[in-house]
Amino acid sequence: MARKESSFSRSIDWSLVWIYLLLVGIGIMAIFGVTYKDGDPMVATFFGFKTDYSKQLYYFFIAAVLGIFILLTDSKFFPATANLFYAVGIVMLLLVFPFHSRVKGTESIIRFGGFQFQPADFCKVFVCLALAKYLSLPDLDFSKTRSQLIAAAITLFPAAMCLLQSETGLALVYFSFFLVMYREGLPSTILVIGFLVGVIVVCALLMETKVLLIVLSALAIVISFIVFQRNRRRILSIVPVIFLWLLSMGFVGVGVPYFFKHMLKLYQVERIFSTVGREVPPEYIQAHRKEFGQAAAGKPKDTDYNVKQSKIAIGSGGVIGKGLLKGTQTRYDFVPEQRTDFIFCTIGEGFGFVGTTAVLLIYLLLLFRIIAMAERQRSVFSRCYAYGVAAVFFFHIVINICMTIGLAPVIGIPLPFISYGGTSLLTFSILLFVLIRLDADRQMVLR
Amino acid sequence: MSVFTQSRSYIVRIIFAIAFLVIIGRLFTLQVMSSKYQRLAQENAIFKKIVYPPRGIIYDRKGKALVTNTQMTDLMVIPSEARGIDTTYICQLLEIDTTEFKERMLSAIVKNGRSRASVFEALLSPEKHARLEENSWRLGNGFYLQDRPVRNFPFSVGGHFVGYIGEVDSGIIARSEGFYQSGDYVGRSGMEASYEKVLMGKRGIQYWIKDNRNKLVGRFENGELDEQPAAGRALNTYVDAELQQLAEKLLQNKVGAIVALEPQTGGILAMVSGPDYNPNELSGSEKQKNYSRLVLDVSGPLLNRAIKGQYPAGSTYKPLGALIGLDEGVITPQSGIGCSGAYYGCARPVRCTEKWAGHAANLRLAIANSCNSFFSMAYRVTVDNPRMGGVKKGYAKWKEYMNHFGYGAPLGVDLPSEDKGNIPDTSVYNKVYRGSWNSCTNVTLGIGQDMMLVTPLQMANATCIVANKGYYYTPHFVKDIENETKDDTLLNRYRRKHEVLTHISNEDYETVHAGMQDVVDAGTARVAQIPGISICAKTGTAENYRVIDGVRTKLKDNSMFVAFAPRENPKIAVAVVVENAGFGATWAAPMASLLIEKYLTDSLRPERVKEVERIGSASLMPSWLAREQYKADSSRAYYYFHLTKDSTYIKKFFRRAAATKKDTVKTTRPVTPKPVTPKPEAPPAAPEQRIGYLHREELWNEEWLVKKRRTLA
Repeated sequence: MARKESSFSRSIDWSLVWIYLLLVGIGIMAIFGVTYKDGDPMVATFFGFKTDYSKQLYYFFIAAVLGIFILLTDSKFFPATANLFYAVGIVMLLLVFPFHSRVKGTESIIRFGGFQFQPADFCKVFVCLALAKYLSLPDLDFSKTRSQLIAAAITLFPAAMCLLQSETGLALVYFSFFLVMYREGLPSTILVIGFLVGVIVVCALLMETKVLLIVLSALAIVISFIVFQRNRRRILSIVPVIFLWLLSMGFVGVGVPYFFKHMLKLYQVERIFSTVGREVPPEYIQAHRKEFGQAAAGKPKDTDYNVKQSKIAIGSGGVIGKGLLKGTQTRYDFVPEQRTDFIFCTIGEGFGFVGTTAVLLIYLLLLFRIIAMAERQRSVFSRCYAYGVAAVFFFHIVINICMTIGLAPVIGIPLPFISYGGTSLLTFSILLFVLIRLDADRQMVLR
Repeated sequence: MSVFTQSRSYIVRIIFAIAFLVIIGRLFTLQVMSSKYQRLAQENAIFKKIVYPPRGIIYDRKGKALVTNTQMTDLMVIPSEARGIDTTYICQLLEIDTTEFKERMLSAIVKNGRSRASVFEALLSPEKHARLEENSWRLGNGFYLQDRPVRNFPFSVGGHFVGYIGEVDSGIIARSEGFYQSGDYVGRSGMEASYEKVLMGKRGIQYWIKDNRNKLVGRFENGELDEQPAAGRALNTYVDAELQQLAEKLLQNKVGAIVALEPQTGGILAMVSGPDYNPNELSGSEKQKNYSRLVLDVSGPLLNRAIKGQYPAGSTYKPLGALIGLDEGVITPQSGIGCSGAYYGCARPVRCTEKWAGHAANLRLAIANSCNSFFSMAYRVTVDNPRMGGVKKGYAKWKEYMNHFGYGAPLGVDLPSEDKGNIPDTSVYNKVYRGSWNSCTNVTLGIGQDMMLVTPLQMANATCIVANKGYYYTPHFVKDIENETKDDTLLNRYRRKHEVLTHISNEDYETVHAGMQDVVDAGTARVAQIPGISICAKTGTAENYRVIDGVRTKLKDNSMFVAFAPRENPKIAVAVVVENAGFGATWAAPMASLLIEKYLTDSLRPERVKEVERIGSASLMPSWLAREQYKADSSRAYYYFHLTKDSTYIKKFFRRAAATKKDTVKTTRPVTPKPVTPKPEAPPAAPEQRIGYLHREELWNEEWLVKKRRTLA
């Protein structure tokens, strides 16, 4: 028995556990830095469940207990129940529509009693498991378009649910699962095309539509000329170029404006434009006026207040920072939502460039460790799951930090393990502990 | 299959690494490269609270405080905390109505924000203060009383030269390049303005932390970065508070000025301008009310006539004329003239007050009897001096002497905006008389008339030069500054001796001194005699014209007097001007005599105290002032009526006119209740008509008249 236990504990990847504890510790300290009021008794408030940092501490205890339970579960449990959990997750997402309660503009939260629950957040775990399960099916040929489409459907269905619940940020998270599919053989052209579409969208935001159309046409002429020369002057060879040109023209001229006018809400349009540092074009505001009425698109608000204050907070930290509890910007509520989505400001102001770089390096270590673990799995399921976890973490970390330093539009997604919030801490903990559990049995082939 | 795509794990890692590198690069530019955000964070979160030090005290020569600081009280309000208060009760205490209350609340919010304290009522009157203090528990949250230092004049004297302090305006803030901030108080006139740097002290700064609603939450860094305020340094002056008090009493209800100097140092012992005001009126709670009253008074109580009143020098010039003549060698002490009541050397006779034969037999007698003929002659022989070659060169030489005596240019007293008087250049006469003029054209310069204008301070200073036999120190108030260091360069120019006319021989000075002593002992100013003190003096009676209702009217002469005493070792030099008071010996001479006695013997004989009462209670306010006041008031009412088409301005004036008519029988205010449409006035033609004492603030009225005239034309 003792021998078995020791072999089990030896097979657990302790480095990941230490990184996890370190990040949660940084998180509680940062929340303490924001919400501690001078003169409060420190020990009492830490265990009193009154303050946010004490609450986060208790959430951590719950997460730790849950983690131990997960570690004690048989690793075969996860592939066996993956599809079931996925089904449960979808049902919960659907249940939100009739039963949701309105909290801060979102429609994704169910409440029973004093307990809040956000299925859209939780569903990440289930999707990750279900995708791993699907990709690890023994007779799957992922090079077939049909199986690629099924995998995409598994990830994008919950994303659609999230969009319908006004949770754009969470919906975008599901796109990160394409990284898993890429690792499993999704053609790189799809990734490249996705990247190009991204570039064109950014260009469409930065430039006038007409200018962009002219630039694209010029580019098409040059490319088709080169192709024409290369292919011994066969006229048919430029047909795909022309097709691509027409597609991108349509995308820029019709697709992007339609997306901004009808798919997004006005505040989202404003946030996106404030990130690239431009005014919202009046025709978009006009369209929103028509669609949602005068009230919905009233006065333009100071949309980039958050980002401005957050940049001031991080920028004023300097090289070594002002020290914990010394940051004026974060201590005195200049940055809104600084316990949750903007927690990175506290680190930036309190510990400066040294602190932020240290946190980033810890995250990078975490991600690289997860990838390394993924590559040592014998089981495809475990590998796919590990990639899923890495992708979700990566997306959260990059988008959250970019949003605080003005590189990405403000979409409310938390920073893993550091942001305040029970649901997000539990979700990320479960993701990680399941990975650790699966990794402990890396010699097994799970189906 | 996955085996083939294993290389992609590296691509994934590269993507991760690139994304993190981009973020770290961005953080590097934000946190390390740019200091902009540190400044922005400071502006966001740190509130600089300025702590005002007490202003410096000004002492007189005996160490008595002329001006000190006293505590007044402001009622402060923090709008965000003032909820659920008994508004009507507060209104009742402050004697305001609820609309006024709301307006003040709103302006407080606009000015400083909801969570920061603003002044609700500044400088509470003692009654209101007592009432509020007693009922402070009923004021409720958000209101509190705060002490504020204001200026206090224990002797109630010296308002003109001490000046007053007031809130900075946008011009001062712009000129100071950010040193002053709105809400600061600075010296706006007098010594308060000249010595602002010394008196203000060093402002302290407290750094407070504020939150996102501008509420102050605590001291920044526990106040370690705070700068402590340093109290303003005191000024020790030459002023004799009792002498000043006496001088102000003597000049009550008169228009004019008195300046007393200490000849050896140039220190100003007393400086009075009449009519004056109680300086405490301009520092307390009634400041605004009093200020507007004083500003609208056409007799100009805010004007310091000692440095801004420009008067013809009259006969007080004669000792200078004698000295110039003697030094140039054109007259001798034995020179005399047979005067029989006028000087006939030119086409128009210059009249003389004395007729009896031999009153100008020599220089000494001519000074003692103030013979116009003699000094007309003396002026002419000076400028027509054949050595000079022509009247223009002779005149230039004469002007040079006058400039040496301190006439024709500002002396540089330590008060702002001193006037320079007028000693015209040759070019002025060339222009006026188209180049053809001779010594007869401006012969009355010899008796201190024509275009010659001097300020009382210049008169006193010239007397000092005569008393000192040729040298002077620039007149100034401040003897020294408390804890004076080498950086205090303000006083350097007052410690430099100006030996301007020491080349005139001692005998010449003695001759003129003797003549001036005879003025008191046997001449025109025998009323000024003080037993045991040898006073040298000169009376003056200057002609005075003014345009009143479009007519150039000759007014009663200005009574003038200059004196120094004792003759052997001059301790005090005095210049007195009383407008429209008649002969120099009638009013100005007794005043100067009283001041000399008070200063030299430190007391007054009992019979002289009665004299003080007599002079002090006499009212010599020119009668035309009432008419001018009426015109100014009614044309202002008319002006505002035209601006606003609101007849209440005129109605208000009707009521006031009716009230003053009832109350004051003596003032000859015209009783016609019809507002006078101002008639176009002829522009002043001759230099005598220069109105020397129109206060700056009153000029708008004149400007408006000019504009009105243009629109009518």
